[in-house]
Amino acid sequence: MALSATLSAEDAALARLVRRESGLIVAQLQRRLGDFDVAEEAVQEAISIALLTWRRDGIPSNPAAWLALTARRRAIDLLRKRSREQRLVDSLGADPTTAELATTELSSAAGPSPATADERLPMLFGCCHPALAVEARLALTLRAVVGMRTSDIARAFLVPEPTVAQRLVRAKRKITNARIPFTVPEDDDLAPRLDDVLTVVYLAYNAGYLDPSPAGQEMTDDAIWLAELVARALPDQAEAWGLLSLLTFLWSRTAARFDDQRKLILLQDQDRSRWDEVAISRADGYLATAASLRRTGRFQLQAAIAGCHASAASWAETDWLQIVTLYDMLLMLDRSPVVRLNHAIALGHVAGPEAALAEVDQLTERLADYHLLHATRAELLTQLGDPAAARLANERALALTSNPVEQELLRSRLAAEIDAQ
Amino acid sequence: MKYVLMYTNRPDLDEAVPPERRQAVYQQIFGWFEKHGAVITDAGLELQGPETATAVKSGANGGDPVVVDGPSSEAMENIGGFSVIDVPDLDAAIAIAKEWPSLQFPGVAVEIRPIVDHGGDM
Repeated sequence: MALSATLSAEDAALARLVRRESGLIVAQLQRRLGDFDVAEEAVQEAISIALLTWRRDGIPSNPAAWLALTARRRAIDLLRKRSREQRLVDSLGADPTTAELATTELSSAAGPSPATADERLPMLFGCCHPALAVEARLALTLRAVVGMRTSDIARAFLVPEPTVAQRLVRAKRKITNARIPFTVPEDDDLAPRLDDVLTVVYLAYNAGYLDPSPAGQEMTDDAIWLAELVARALPDQAEAWGLLSLLTFLWSRTAARFDDQRKLILLQDQDRSRWDEVAISRADGYLATAASLRRTGRFQLQAAIAGCHASAASWAETDWLQIVTLYDMLLMLDRSPVVRLNHAIALGHVAGPEAALAEVDQLTERLADYHLLHATRAELLTQLGDPAAARLANERALALTSNPVEQELLRSRLAAEIDAQ
Repeated sequence: MKYVLMYTNRPDLDEAVPPERRQAVYQQIFGWFEKHGAVITDAGLELQGPETATAVKSGANGGDPVVVDGPSSEAMENIGGFSVIDVPDLDAAIAIAKEWPSLQFPGVAVEIRPIVDHGGDM
């Protein structure tokens, strides 16, 4: 037991370290080599080597420098293997020796310093480039910037590992062949491109949010870490702070979201005394920073809605009128059917289930395959006293979700309904 | 880095565009070529309509090539022409493509394709 505890503690430490350092090391190698693929591959291999070695020998005194040097060695090997031009190998300097690795201390050449923290940002914009498919942006960002392994990405998104590996290969090939630049866009180009980056971070958070395992927890931590990296690097971008605020509000409910059996507890049933007050006040602060920049956006509005829930002492005391108003504003920026669905749910609390169902039913065609549409209809139909139709809707929702946590919730709803009959 | 810009349109949607509007955009296209002249290494060609196209397709089971009426692709999009540009990266190519005047019309797209670099002295 003691041994495995040590191992998992080291794994957690490694995960933190990898998250902090790997993106920087990839960015620095990429800049020196002009080859993203080799840089990214080398750092991934260095992470695997570190995991093995550190489990055996313990974490070295300067793990960041160790990782950077190992990545450099791997990059040299990879370049030799791919028999690229010799000058690229030369540009990396002499092959660091094992002795050098063992005694390595942080030097300007080997390890990233805080002043270079922004080097990750151009890479992040490159990985989230609109010329890449959204799934590829997600996978690439998690691997290159956060240092996540392909197998973990596959598990988080419920996709077979070879599929993720294939997406990564194709995306990296396109970056090289079509010459997708790693630059932070300027002027008018920044806002839409930043939205692409923030969307990837948001999707990563969502993937972890519905996963009660430690891996899911790690994913949400990674996403918040990324959101904070972007906000601090682009402090005058209101939406970056908006996303950080939103994710921090959501994160504050972590301890209340699952029961002992890892079953999802809905917002209305959560024990609010378990919400993290410190996180909520941090989220409030991020939202205030965003608001002071006076440029509204969808993440800020979603954060404001999450803030309404955070400040309500109980579900019954929720300020639904304020929430409906915020959704009205959100609809002006984003008329996507999912936003309209959420608006309808909020409206139900103000104007009653009949009004909500009328709005939801307008979306049935466009959201026919979206499980939460059917789960919402089931909820409203139950309130309106139509258990037979509610049951059908719940069954439809269950058939459409592949997430085990949500499946469990819908199954227990169907079971409760049978109980009541 | 050299890219081909392929100008595509949807003939079925083009009919809705009034001829005088089309003429105005044609003038803007001349302006576009002038503005980006420095990076356009080959102004390329404007093609006649898809109704003039003839395709020579590979024969079934290794048989002789077959000549058929119409463009080779079944897609709704028609390639109206192409140019070659030489710019530092994809973002620069996207910025130029975004200014293509015909993008005011529905169904129009500019496809950006990097050219294979054979590394030779071409």
